Amino acid sequence: MLGTHLTALHDGDPAGLADALDVAAGFDDALTRGLARVGETDAAALAALAGAVAATPLADRVAEAVGKVTAGSVAEEHLAVLAGARTALFGAAHDALLARLDAALGRERRPWTPATATGPTEVTADPAGARAWLHELAVTGWRGVDHELLAAADAPIESALATLGTRRLAVLLDGLAAELRACVPVATMPQVPSRRWADLWSRGMLLAQAGPVTPGAVEPVSGRLLPLAVDVHEHDTAVQVQLHAVLEPTDGSPARLVRTAVSAAKVDTISGPALWQLLHAHPVLLTALAERRAVTVDDLPLHGADLLWHDDAVRPGEPADPFATARVLLPAAVASAAPPLDRHPAVLAEPVLLEGYTVHDTDGGLELELDGQRIAVAVDRLPSCGPVTPELVAGSSACLGLARWDAGRWLVQPVAVRSTVKRKVVEVHNGDWACGVTDPKVAKAEARSGDVVAVLRERAGRLLRR
Amino acid sequence: MTDVDGAAQRRSAVRVVPPARPRKLAKVPFVELADGRLQGVVSSGSDIERVYVSSVTSGTHAYHCSTNNNRPCGGLRGTPCKHLHALADEAVLQYGVDRVVRYLRVEADDEVQTGAQLMSRLDARHEPTSAAVVFSRFLRHLAYLELPGGTTPTPELHWFPATGAGR
Ligand SMILES: [Zn+2]
Repeated sequence: MLGTHLTALHDGDPAGLADALDVAAGFDDALTRGLARVGETDAAALAALAGAVAATPLADRVAEAVGKVTAGSVAEEHLAVLAGARTALFGAAHDALLARLDAALGRERRPWTPATATGPTEVTADPAGARAWLHELAVTGWRGVDHELLAAADAPIESALATLGTRRLAVLLDGLAAELRACVPVATMPQVPSRRWADLWSRGMLLAQAGPVTPGAVEPVSGRLLPLAVDVHEHDTAVQVQLHAVLEPTDGSPARLVRTAVSAAKVDTISGPALWQLLHAHPVLLTALAERRAVTVDDLPLHGADLLWHDDAVRPGEPADPFATARVLLPAAVASAAPPLDRHPAVLAEPVLLEGYTVHDTDGGLELELDGQRIAVAVDRLPSCGPVTPELVAGSSACLGLARWDAGRWLVQPVAVRSTVKRKVVEVHNGDWACGVTDPKVAKAEARSGDVVAVLRERAGRLLRR
Repeated sequence: MTDVDGAAQRRSAVRVVPPARPRKLAKVPFVELADGRLQGVVSSGSDIERVYVSSVTSGTHAYHCSTNNNRPCGGLRGTPCKHLHALADEAVLQYGVDRVVRYLRVEADDEVQTGAQLMSRLDARHEPTSAAVVFSRFLRHLAYLELPGGTTPTPELHWFPATGAGR
C-alpha cells in the first residue's frame, strides 16, 4: 500500500453511505428500546428503513412489516423482514466500501456466482426456538434484557450446537448471549453497543430462517498455497483461525487471493497460546504457519474466496516468506466476492502490505503515516495466542495487515510486522506459535496456569459419562 | 467493565466483555457469573470423583455449598466454607475484582482486591439451593470440548476478534 492508495481510500465517503448508516442507526435505537410499544421516534425510524429499500424487490414486504410492527403486531415473520432490510443496507455499504478499496489498490475481483447444478436440498432442523428467542429480544429491547430472558437462550443454543447445519447460528447466539449476560442489567449501562448488537441480531434472524439459501459455485483447485496473513477470531465458546493466502493454480491460470478457516469449540478459560491445541486436527496447517511454509493443495473445493481445508489433501512445501508473497504475488492476485447474505462492512478483511511508514502514537491509538496520509491501527485486534504486540507494531518498519472498516473509518489490523528489537531486525507473525510458544518468557508465564485443556478434558472424562 | 463509549455505539467489532484472564483450573475448574449468582464447581481435595457446587447470590448474598448430589458441605458452620473462598478467589482472578463486585452488588471500596476481602464484605447468610442447575451448566460447559471442530468458515466470528496480545 502506498500513500497514493491511502489518498484514494480516504477521498470522501462513498455516495449514500452516511445516509444508509443513519437509517440503520434509527432502527438500532428502536431495537435498544424494544418494539413492544413503538413511539413516534421509532415509528419514523422504521418508516425510514422502509423508504431506504423502497426501490428494491424488498419494498412491499418491508412496508407491510413496518406497518404491522408500528401498529403493535410484532410477528416473527415481520421481524425477519426488518432484519433483511437492515442486512440489505449493510450489504450495500460493504459493496461500496470494497469497491473503493479495490479501486484504490487496483485489485481485481471475481463476482459471486450461484451454483449451476443444484444438488439435493439439504434438510436441516428448523431452528424455531432460536427465532422465538430473537423475537423476544426484539420485543423486549436491549435495555430490558434480564436473567430470565438470557436463561431462555440455553435451550435453542444447545439444540443449534447439536445440529451440523445450524453451527453458525449457534456460534453467533452463544457469543451474543454471553455478552448480554455480562452486561445485565443492561438498563444501567451508560451506552449500549447498539450497532453491534443489532448486527448480531439481524444476522441471527436470517440464519434462523428455515428456507434454503442459494449455494455459491464450487470449483476444485490444485496448486501452491502461499500464506499471507493469519486472522484469529474468538469468543467464550468458539475459536476460528482464518488464513489469507495466494493460490498459484497448477493449471497456470492467474493467482487467486483465497482464505481458509479452521475452527473449534472451546470454553472461556481456554485462551492465549493454548487455543492452538484445540486445532490439532489440522497439523499440516499448523506446521505451515509455525514454520512459514507454502502448502501444496490437491483438489480442494473453492467456494468463491473460501478454500475448504482438508488436512489429507495438503502437504507442507518449501519455506515461503509472507512479506515476499505480499510484495511479489499479492498485487496481481485475483480476489473473489463474498456470498450476498454474508456482506457487511464488519467482514471486510483485505490483505495489504505497508512499508516505509512512520508510526504515530496518538490519543486515539497508533497510526501509520505514508506520504502524509494516515491510517489507524486496530491494536485491539492483536490476539493473545500470537507474538505481535502493540509495542512491536509501534517499533515496526513494515506491516502485513488486513484492511478493515468500522465506525466510519478505515483501519489496518496488523498480522505480521518487521521490527527492530535490540538493534536486530525481527519478523513476527500471528501464526508463529501455532506449534507451541517460541518465546521463553511467554512460555514460562503460560506454564504457570498449567495445561488448562488437559485439566478440563480430565474433568470431562470423569464427570460427563457417569 | 466494558469498552463501550460514545463512539463504540457505532462500532460493529467492539469487544464488549474482556476475555477471561488465565488461571489454574485444577482446584476450581468452573466459575461463572450467571443466573444472578457467582457460581461454580470446586474439585474435592481428597476424592477425585467428588466435586462441590458453590454459589453466592447477587444482592442478597445468600450462599450455599454442597456436593453435586446435594449432600450439604460439612465445612458450612455458620460461615462460608473453604470451597466458597476458593470460588471467590478464582472469580477475582478470572473476571477481575471490579466485575465480581458489580455483579454481586457488594458495597466495596478500593481496598477490596482479593477473594477473601470480597467475602468479608458480604452481608452473608446460608440459604440452601439445589446444586443441579449449576452442575448441569458445568457439564454443558465441559461438553463444548467434545464438539467436533469445523472447516466451514463462520463469517459471524469477524464480529469477535481475538484480542489481548502481550497480556
Ligand atoms: Zn463447601
